[in-house]
Amino acid sequence: MMKVQIEVNGKETSAEVDDRLLLVHYLRNTLGLTGTHWGCDTSNCGACAVWLDGIPVKSCTTLAAMADGASVRTVEGLEGDALDPVQQGFIEEHGLQCGFCTPGMMMTARALLDQVPDPDEATIREAISGNLCRCTGYENIVRAIRWAARHEAAAREQQSAHEPQGAAL
Amino acid sequence: MQVPAPFTYERAGSVDEALSLLGRYGPEARLVAGGHSLIPMMKLRLARPEALIDINGLAELDYIRVDGDHLAIGALTRHASVLDSPVLREHYRIFAEAERVIADPLVRNRGTVGGSLCQADPSEDLSAVFAALRGEVVVRSASGTRRVALREFHVGPYETAVGDGEILVEVRVPIRTSVGSAYEKVERRAGDWSIAAVGAFVVLDGDVISDVGIGITAVGAEHFTCQAAEELLLGSSVQDALVETAAATCAAACNPSVDQRGPEDYKRHLVSVLASRALHRSISAARGEVA
Repeated sequence: MMKVQIEVNGKETSAEVDDRLLLVHYLRNTLGLTGTHWGCDTSNCGACAVWLDGIPVKSCTTLAAMADGASVRTVEGLEGDALDPVQQGFIEEHGLQCGFCTPGMMMTARALLDQVPDPDEATIREAISGNLCRCTGYENIVRAIRWAARHEAAAREQQSAHEPQGAAL
Repeated sequence: MQVPAPFTYERAGSVDEALSLLGRYGPEARLVAGGHSLIPMMKLRLARPEALIDINGLAELDYIRVDGDHLAIGALTRHASVLDSPVLREHYRIFAEAERVIADPLVRNRGTVGGSLCQADPSEDLSAVFAALRGEVVVRSASGTRRVALREFHVGPYETAVGDGEILVEVRVPIRTSVGSAYEKVERRAGDWSIAAVGAFVVLDGDVISDVGIGITAVGAEHFTCQAAEELLLGSSVQDALVETAAATCAAACNPSVDQRGPEDYKRHLVSVLASRALHRSISAARGEVA
């Protein structure tokens, strides 16, 4: 047994855990954050994707011990004052059917848009190639991520239109 | 639920500390970095280390740099960093071409160069890349460092020259000029292991092949290469027929197993086609043509 301290969605968490406890089970069972899904258990499906220090990883292949001292972001941490545009995009474009892959898809999509704000379809498909969906055929997932990208671009434009044009003004 | 057998978790803050932990726990301890090969094997109880020594904190081993006339890649360098590296792209396109088809982006965020090599899966891609480029690995122990040619690194499936109490710290590749390189892989689906894959580099002196390397994975090629095909090409002027003969030599020399990825004749056929493509594209790139 060992004590881990992990910042999850901005909050410090801490527990005595078995050395072999996987991060996905720490999130789901120890913390009760069941938004992160536990899927194939073999690092293939990506339903368990969370951010570890800002980088999307598969939490079924990461030990809770490895995340000791790190910060983790899960799907529960996406929503701020309003739904994250990625979440809204999945609603607008019907990006889910059964919803099992959705948390992992959205965490991967959020990471993509933070790096590449205006990704083309090929870039999106490459980015989510470690997240498997058995329902949608991916078409609506790609549209959902494009929706979020467009929405965020429009929001940025609106914001810059309201900002003063320079310090000299 | 798949859960690894019990083990003791330790975290190393430096290479020296990792070596001392390896010394303390002995041969049943394993280093873990990305863990994307080892942890799944532990879940299936195919691996049951008594202690896991986490080396993810060893920032000193996370680098890609030019070191004299070599490229030096730290063992903890993630696949994602290899894929995105401008330095590697400038010298050898084979790196990005191979990395793009290794697993998926999430796995590449975690998996490391050193971990991939030390796992020594017989279908692993970087083994073929470094075998093609005639890389060497730097191995450290409490008593010092030694270098092992990549072509002598693999002792057998899942077995390497890295002994108890040792840690692979760096991979080195000679820098070559007038060089082109390429990687060709066929997989059943995105992110899967290769059915077969062939990588190559070619150095041209005018129209003469003055240096060449071939790397082959997933089909039982000895030392992940085919020396006979390399010898055939070396010193010859570029001719299509010669490239085809070299590719056929690769196909004949490998030793593919029959499994769910396909029968033997199919895999040999793949090797010949992929070797031909990798060599042709390397030659084009060495000539400065856009591949």
